[in-house]
Amino acid sequence: MTKNFFGTRTGIILVGAIIGILAPLLQKLGNPGNMGICVACFERDISGGLGFHRAEVVQYLRPEIIGFVLGSLAAALLFKDYRARTGSAPFVRFVLGVFAMIGALVFLGCPWRALLRLSGGDWNAILGLAGLISGIWIGTLFLKNGYNLGRTQKTHFTAGLLMPLVMAGFLILMLVYPQVAQEPKSGVLFYSVKGPGASHAPLFVALGAGLLIGFIAQRSRFCTMGAFRDLILFKQVHLVSGVLALVVMAVIMNLILGQFHMGFEKQPVAHNLHIWNFIGMALAGLAFALAGGCPGRQLFLAGEGDGDAAVFVFGMITGAAFAHNFGLASSPTGLGPHGMAAVAVGFVVCLFIGLTMRKTN
Amino acid sequence: MATTIDARGLSCPQPVLMFMDAVKSSPDKEIIVLVDTDASMENVTRAAESKNCKVTVTQEADEYRLTIVRS
Repeated sequence: MTKNFFGTRTGIILVGAIIGILAPLLQKLGNPGNMGICVACFERDISGGLGFHRAEVVQYLRPEIIGFVLGSLAAALLFKDYRARTGSAPFVRFVLGVFAMIGALVFLGCPWRALLRLSGGDWNAILGLAGLISGIWIGTLFLKNGYNLGRTQKTHFTAGLLMPLVMAGFLILMLVYPQVAQEPKSGVLFYSVKGPGASHAPLFVALGAGLLIGFIAQRSRFCTMGAFRDLILFKQVHLVSGVLALVVMAVIMNLILGQFHMGFEKQPVAHNLHIWNFIGMALAGLAFALAGGCPGRQLFLAGEGDGDAAVFVFGMITGAAFAHNFGLASSPTGLGPHGMAAVAVGFVVCLFIGLTMRKTN
Repeated sequence: MATTIDARGLSCPQPVLMFMDAVKSSPDKEIIVLVDTDASMENVTRAAESKNCKVTVTQEADEYRLTIVRS
């Protein structure tokens, strides 16, 4: 059996480093501040681009996300690692996706962006990362006590292709209805004229970066949630070494590109409500831990045929719609009017899932 | 005698958790773990090797059989 290079320690470090190099470059090429890549933010933008929410500043079908799924599919097919599977409590995963997104949008970023914000000198990310690790720690307590969403079932080869096909469909929509300068709509798609949604790297650069990251991350199983979970559960440093490589390379790149600005104040697409940065990300971390992967990993799993991960992704996209339609998402000016209530509901739901969905042997 | 763990259809970290539980609870020198994704195969292998176990992987169709011998 050939050894999977990207599954080795060197491999995962290399993958983390490549992400750490590409993300600041994407920012330089047009993506928002400290948001070279943010899976949660970009899925939120996709939700807006499709018109699921009408927050005008965050509407854009992010090609990076499309690339993640298609790149993962390519790697999985090439290395015979594609397994069409589904049926492990899909609706539970959908709900977890909804609240993972709500928590992430209270903080303003997924774990990837928390790392990139830290790498750009945004110290508010420290609170977010502390919250993330706390949420994952709570998740490990449930795992130790038998929390389990059950087995997946093998399914039709083509069933696992549906998520990549949906992403390919989004790409076709972007080509059929391309952005028109200063126009908020092109055909059926919504485009931001200002705000983070209007800041983006050129389409094919973003797609290319997404494809590359999707390909190598599928091989390496890169997962920011898994990194901290495995460290807490098994004292294993394998995945976390990739996360550290990401941060180190992103700091170096940000210094080179003049994108490193230290402090808590005036950070791009961020607020400095420390407690809510912590709590929002704790909710997201718990939801990711219960669902078995960070939002990036869920995209890579969806690309390799995991239908449950695809459901989680669409849970997150739906969560973004709730977050903006109901005023749950934060903004640089602070919390959304109902953000606190949504986080409280999210914790209740996650605790309910974690406490009641156990399989005792 | 060998302890057999059927972790097919389970996603991480379940296969590793089940293996770790078996390491603690089973008296058998040999533990067999059945998994059906490459990620699970790699994760259980990594966990077993960190416990100084010898791992032999055989592939049967889309599934893997990990024979883990404790030192």
